[in-house]
Amino acid sequence: MEPNAIAGTKLVTAVLLATVALSGCTGSAATPDAVQGREDAILTDAPHVPPRITRTHPTRVVVRLEVQEVVKRLADGVTYTFWTFGGSVPGKFIRVREGDEIEFNLSNHPSSKMPHNIDLHAVTGPGGGAAASFTAPGHTSVFSFKALNAGLYVYHCATAPVGMHIANGMYGLILVEPRRGMPRVDREYYVMQGEFYTVGKHGDPGLQPFSMEKAIEEKPDYVVFNGAVGALTGDNAIAASVGETVRLFVGNGGPNLVSSFHVIGEIFDRVNVEGGDFANSNVQTTLVPAGGSAITEFKVDVPGTFILVDHSIFRAFNKGSLGMLRVDGLENASIYSGKQSDQVYLPEGGAIQTIAGEAPKPPAPAANRGERIERGQRTYTAICAACHQPNGSGMAGAFPPLVAADFLNADRQRAIRAVVDGLAGEIVVNGTPFNSVMPALGLSDEEVANVLTYVYSQWGNAGYDITPEEVRRVRAGSGR
Amino acid sequence: MTSRGPLATAILLGGALAVAVPGARAASTGGADQAPRMARIPAGSYLPLYARGPADGTGAGNPPRSRVAVEAFHMDVFPVTNAEYLEFVRAHPEWRRSRVKAVFADGGYLRHWEGDLHPGSRAPDASPVVFVSWFAARAYLAAHGKRLPSVDEWEYAAAASETSRDASRDPAFLERLRYWYGQPTPERLPSVFASPRNIYGVAGLHGLVWEWTLDFNSALVTGESRGDSALERALFCGSGATGAADFENYASFMRYAFRSSLEARFTIASLGFRGVRRDQAGSS
Repeated sequence: MEPNAIAGTKLVTAVLLATVALSGCTGSAATPDAVQGREDAILTDAPHVPPRITRTHPTRVVVRLEVQEVVKRLADGVTYTFWTFGGSVPGKFIRVREGDEIEFNLSNHPSSKMPHNIDLHAVTGPGGGAAASFTAPGHTSVFSFKALNAGLYVYHCATAPVGMHIANGMYGLILVEPRRGMPRVDREYYVMQGEFYTVGKHGDPGLQPFSMEKAIEEKPDYVVFNGAVGALTGDNAIAASVGETVRLFVGNGGPNLVSSFHVIGEIFDRVNVEGGDFANSNVQTTLVPAGGSAITEFKVDVPGTFILVDHSIFRAFNKGSLGMLRVDGLENASIYSGKQSDQVYLPEGGAIQTIAGEAPKPPAPAANRGERIERGQRTYTAICAACHQPNGSGMAGAFPPLVAADFLNADRQRAIRAVVDGLAGEIVVNGTPFNSVMPALGLSDEEVANVLTYVYSQWGNAGYDITPEEVRRVRAGSGR
Repeated sequence: MTSRGPLATAILLGGALAVAVPGARAASTGGADQAPRMARIPAGSYLPLYARGPADGTGAGNPPRSRVAVEAFHMDVFPVTNAEYLEFVRAHPEWRRSRVKAVFADGGYLRHWEGDLHPGSRAPDASPVVFVSWFAARAYLAAHGKRLPSVDEWEYAAAASETSRDASRDPAFLERLRYWYGQPTPERLPSVFASPRNIYGVAGLHGLVWEWTLDFNSALVTGESRGDSALERALFCGSGATGAADFENYASFMRYAFRSSLEARFTIASLGFRGVRRDQAGSS
């Protein structure tokens, strides 16, 4: 259906209802959709939500909201001049019922430097109330609207320059409960994301001015829930008990970024996508547009701390968009066991791990004996010297010496096999028995040839020249 | 009043000031007694925020963005202070707080004063007078042979920094302005004499208080191609950007937004005024 058609229909309905209401005044019983009575709205600061509406009829709701420009904490050691609806960011949560007539009183504190107004996305009318609520410092504007559409709506300031007013914290949520009411839940919380553009970098201390340049480039230093780094963590965490149902009214003030809202370790049983009627089930991460919302519901089955994040994850860990839900109660191992064991993990294969990436080019084979010895020394220093020692002396009782070693000089093929395959068991070197283990080293034919040629050239050994071809033949014989 | 020449008025005003705020002036300006009370702003032009068309006038059917010509005028070096305004209400009882007509000033008129003739601690002598309506400002200036500056005159003079006649595209200058606009109004405003002077010698156009302009509420309906544009069309949300000549001049946006929020009887904690007078020497 076309939106205009819907609005048109509802307008006609509204007029009709008003007529009915008028006649109802003189008659006996009012119809269920007639506006009856008048009440003051209960407004709350995040993360709290006003109580659910139990009325079964629309009423005239008086909302009094005061704009204040205040210096408050943005992060530890960092303050910011927030422009606020009600003294903190996000603005006060407003809760009304579909069909209610809202008399909106917007006051601008006398100390404000700027004029302000309010554009409520729940309003059907030009500017969402912006023009009607445009208010100079020290003044109050009053306008009225009828909540025609149920849903969770963002409100924000729309005074030029709009982006700056929103970037300074001028946003909040208004919930229009559907006529039929909302399912009862155990806990309701108010979480609203927004980003801040400061002249200094993330963490730079002191009172940070707004950076127009960063805002235009859409590169914030802070992306936070409920107006400050840590506003929903530690002592400020929201809470629930095992077995309870939790409903989060999630908004995103922006001004620029879209949120990928996610609760680590939970699956949303139900999400009212974009704050409207459409409900999705079993959602891991839900998108919350800038200037939009979502209602997420889930049952908490196990205790623990569940982390709320914008899953654009660098925002969570480097810019502040992190919150906590603490759930107390009894463990339920059939749903989540916790760690059941911890064992050493020993993978097969050599000690050298291959890291994916561009493979290094294999070096050209050594061109002569001198080059072979030079490269062999490098391999020896890197691998062999740890046990056999840099001077080839070995270590008494553990590692055989390589100095004038009869074991090496008596059988060059046995020496090659030892390097290729490793060597275990008792051997006798220069009259001394050793019973130890030398691992297979995973060296190439070229490397084995080089390192053995080096060893044979040193410390009074036989001076054999081992070639890669000889190593290849020995390896072929050993099957390794 | 009309027979008195501008020079005589200036001397008279200077004399009254010397009585009212001797300490403040001597202490803060060191020689303000000798300094002229008004500064001459030479003729020139400026590019208003709500100018249309490409900067260079290229493109079929697009007129060049129009710079607005401003004739030479004299502008008060300082905004009107509490001490000066006190002298005015002494001489004109109809503008005392208890007697002012509601149609000319809202309930906040001079609310930070302790009494009709007692500004008190929240309204120091040398601080700019605030909580005055457009009608009151106009009456004060008429009594002194002056008038409120037009938006064009005010914007033209206020485009100047300490070192340049047109700093309206100077990022550092604009950043300073945005910072000031972003801060709440202090309980006690600072002395007007402590403000830096711009290249014309005018002090405190920025960083002290907002100032009334003669045509504050017509700035958004400037005729030409915009025709009878409504207030909200020029100011709110997306439409706030459609007519603007410079999307990044947030400081200018904020001034236009502020003026648009006013009615002539409004009085505000951060809104004062200063006077101007046309240049007697004409275009010379």
